[in-house]
Amino acid sequence: MSKQNVRGTDPKKVSTELFTLTYGSLVAQLIKDYENNEDVNKQLDKMGYNIGVRLIEDFLARSGSGRCQDFRETADKIQLAFRMFLGINPSVTNWSPAWDEFSLIIDNNPLTEFVELPDTHYALKYCNMLCGVIRGALEMVQMEVAVRFVQDQLRGDNTTELRIKFIRRLEDAIPAGED
Amino acid sequence: MADDVLLDFFHMEIVAYSIQSTRKEERVDYGISKLEYIGFTTGFRFVERLTRDLPRFKEELDIVKFICKDYWMAICKKQIDSLLTNYEGMYVLQDNNFRFLSQLSSGRQYLELAPKFVAFMCGMIRGALTNLGIMAVVTAETSSLPACK
Repeated sequence: MSKQNVRGTDPKKVSTELFTLTYGSLVAQLIKDYENNEDVNKQLDKMGYNIGVRLIEDFLARSGSGRCQDFRETADKIQLAFRMFLGINPSVTNWSPAWDEFSLIIDNNPLTEFVELPDTHYALKYCNMLCGVIRGALEMVQMEVAVRFVQDQLRGDNTTELRIKFIRRLEDAIPAGED
Repeated sequence: MADDVLLDFFHMEIVAYSIQSTRKEERVDYGISKLEYIGFTTGFRFVERLTRDLPRFKEELDIVKFICKDYWMAICKKQIDSLLTNYEGMYVLQDNNFRFLSQLSSGRQYLELAPKFVAFMCGMIRGALTNLGIMAVVTAETSSLPACK
């Protein structure tokens, strides 16, 4: 072929775009399959959970990080994971006084790059998969958390904000000989 | 690259979803048409992003070459291994280590599951071709994993 990759697109960006578009197609299919947006949210969360459960292994193997001492350290690790897998750098803010809840602010969410939400899908949490991923991944390291969206750029907010709350430590799930 | 893993896991979830969401009585194709459709819409839009800066294709073969090289590169991080044609509009693309199958098995184990993991890619190719003005039927043959035709 005469043109030997003359365009300046970097492969990193292309693969993120591929992921984004695939995600969009899936959401479109889910909307077609389910009548109500709540069910779509639920399904996205479930799929995210399944991904998170597997993704944590990849994360641990790649980052070589050990057990977290406190929830603040966990927050840093989540930040690192976002950088690794999505190539973005969300900021961690709004800690609760008891240090068990924080917000993850995502300024430019790659998942929503080509998306516009019509009014008819106001209840749809487009990026709900992220919640599931975080929940599933942390469950595998014996942490039960609740993740929810409090702000969403798609719904006219300034940023996308994820609220992550530590619920409890899953003690009995630790395999024998781990601690 | 790390985010490849994300797509791999995501693809696995899409496969699982398409299969379990298809109702029992419709299960003649095990949800593969739904999977193919998701791939189709993705490919249709993805190829638009990819060909943005490319000059217009002159003929059909150019398009097929594009699919083999750039398109495959963007999705599977490699070019297609061999391309055959009968010069009557039929093309056979072979990938000896297909991305979505490479982690599955290298042998005859799980052979019966393989079609589910290539349906998405079939859709991706069909979507791309449709957007470039070619109506096509894309099928896959997986006789020995992880190769795929």
